[in-house]
Amino acid sequence: MEQLLYTAEVVVNGLMAGVMYSLVALGFVLIFKASGVFNYAQGVLALFAALTLVGIQQGQVPFAHLINAITGSHLEHFGWTVPSLLAILLTAGVMILLALAIEKLVLQHLVGQAPIILFMATIGLAYFLEGLGDIMWGANVKSLDVGIPQGISETAEAWTAQLTGYGFFIDRLDIWATVIAALLVAALVAFSQYTKQGRAMRAVADDPQAALSVGISLRFIWIMVWSIAGFVALVAGIMWGTKSGVQFSLSLIALKALPVLMLGGFTSIPGAIVGGLIIGVGEKLFEYSIGPMVGGATENWFAYVLALLFLVFRPQGLFGEKIIERV
Amino acid sequence: MTLRFASLAAAAVLMAAGPAMADLVVPHLSYRTGPYAPNGTQYADGFNDYFTLLNERDGGIGGQKILTPECETAYNTEKGVECYEATKGDAALIYNPMSTGITYQLIPKAGADQKVLYTPGYGRTSAKNGKVFEWVFNAPANYWDGASVAVKHMLEQEGGDVNGKKIALVYHNSAYGKEPIRTLQELGEKHGFELMEVPVDPPGQEQKSQWLQIRREKPDYVILYGWGVMNQAAIQEAANIRFPMDHMIGIWWSGSEVDVQPAGAGADGYKSLTFNGVGTDYPFYDDLKTHVIDAGKASQGGQYVGSAVYSRGVYAALIIGEAIRTAQELAGSPEIDAAQLRDGFEALNITEERMAELGLPDFGQPIQLSCENHGGAGMARLQQWDADEQKWSLITDFMEPDAEVLAPLIEEDSAAYAQEAGITPRCG
Repeated sequence: MEQLLYTAEVVVNGLMAGVMYSLVALGFVLIFKASGVFNYAQGVLALFAALTLVGIQQGQVPFAHLINAITGSHLEHFGWTVPSLLAILLTAGVMILLALAIEKLVLQHLVGQAPIILFMATIGLAYFLEGLGDIMWGANVKSLDVGIPQGISETAEAWTAQLTGYGFFIDRLDIWATVIAALLVAALVAFSQYTKQGRAMRAVADDPQAALSVGISLRFIWIMVWSIAGFVALVAGIMWGTKSGVQFSLSLIALKALPVLMLGGFTSIPGAIVGGLIIGVGEKLFEYSIGPMVGGATENWFAYVLALLFLVFRPQGLFGEKIIERV
Repeated sequence: MTLRFASLAAAAVLMAAGPAMADLVVPHLSYRTGPYAPNGTQYADGFNDYFTLLNERDGGIGGQKILTPECETAYNTEKGVECYEATKGDAALIYNPMSTGITYQLIPKAGADQKVLYTPGYGRTSAKNGKVFEWVFNAPANYWDGASVAVKHMLEQEGGDVNGKKIALVYHNSAYGKEPIRTLQELGEKHGFELMEVPVDPPGQEQKSQWLQIRREKPDYVILYGWGVMNQAAIQEAANIRFPMDHMIGIWWSGSEVDVQPAGAGADGYKSLTFNGVGTDYPFYDDLKTHVIDAGKASQGGQYVGSAVYSRGVYAALIIGEAIRTAQELAGSPEIDAAQLRDGFEALNITEERMAELGLPDFGQPIQLSCENHGGAGMARLQQWDADEQKWSLITDFMEPDAEVLAPLIEEDSAAYAQEAGITPRCG
């Protein structure tokens, strides 16, 4: 009985961890769905967004070190702090500006190029943004607090203890992440199904040439998609940054999203969620049951094994569209 | 950024003209980018600032300026080796790569090239045995010393008896994190505690499984051997499961401000080992302020001065500086080569009085090295985090590790290396 309860606790926590992976995977899906580009920079976008949010919140002077080095001044902070909600809105604005700049300076010049060229461009973008974030906000670890609580949910612990005799560990941050992810997915689905811009985005995704021929602006769609992906990155950055501080390793959470994408498919929003849940539960259960026999630390590689297993039977992923190219 | 420009300029000058023969060249393999940058940057700043102070205040050591051309490794072993190869020209005296992975690669190379490798508090533990590792020094303490002192502290906490207790080792699943396992197993046999090994794959942002396991198995103590984001995630998860923070002890690489600050009040009471003082309450910092910070010559404007990892960078530079000074005295000349620096290290004797003269009384333990002993006494002390005050406080004196357990392990491991590398032990 005890083992069963422990397993149930691992499953619940695996589902929660899966939601955190899905938050990152969603950004990849949005851009791939609309433009066929695998955005290597998505993890760095999350980092950049979180750095910007903390910087705005704490009233940090951007590029302070650079300005100080050139002018000999000692600038650090403006001397004010910005409320969390306003800081989030301002950061979302920065992400829209970033999307505009990416479209203007990079994507516009690569229209009609092969996907691999666009993919290579996003690799360059990732390293550029990493450096830009460093120069703008510094490399130190920053605490992020937007009011989302962390730590064990005592309500869930008491409730499960009453029900089963064993109090489950459920992190309040994970509960919040689940609610936020659900709202985000609902909003994204509603946007793509029921708004003019959303339908235009789907039209471009289905057939770019046909979409262009009916007057849809590819430029507008790309800016819009990169802006939305930037916002999703901001949400992922907030959740992961709250968990362990905002720092450069935050960009590596993209590694956690890759197996989710392989499993759920690169073009499906529900796929990103379901894929995340399967990966989360799968890796946690494997670590719990098999990990101790093989020395532990199995999660990083097992997530990919799980994704590969699914790929063997369904190459386009669980929810991905099968690509048929006729010659 | 000031530092980076300065370092680039220094490197460019070096590459273009080469150092003057009289300069003391200490290539600085640092990491200011990548996932480990928050700690790497602070250490690099402290390392640079100490030598800048010597150059500005004293005109260098023995009248010779110290050059520290910086090379970015990003804590990546391949890049670290590239940096070594690119900078090992004749004038380079010593390397302090700040990475156990890079150290393992450089040990045979440094021996072949006759360069000193100095790895304070990291690297290959058995390099303490100078009979086998002629060119490597790891004073004042190593990973095994750290594990032993952590257990010693637990013994003190438990009234001298940890028999039947369970101790979890949460470790970075790398060469570094695995170093203390054997020591803790041996100490477990001696003192009767059960060791629970909990590896975390780097970088380690996600540790839910590991901490659920700890919550289920309820160890009495947790020892943390982490680095980078793994530390912040581990301390946060420990707070999440309400693990008593004063029963969680990190190695010195899990004991910086950036490790505990993201967890906020949850990190209050967390302990870590250290072999250097923290804060700026030492006379040394008056000189640093006058000659380096106020003169606008501090690395990155001196923003990390006094932090735990910055202080460790200062301490590493201080020990190298003292070894250079000793080497100059032995050679009877301010111009020395790497072989003479090795001799200087082997004759190194930093007393409490000398530390006071340097403006850092009680900052570090006395260090006396020899041909046989490249690791010093291996003492460490504990610091505890005060989340309200946002600072570390030293809570114990320096404690000696358990030589009875460690000495045979060092002998065994270094003998295995000597056999593998075909080294004939030296020192008569």
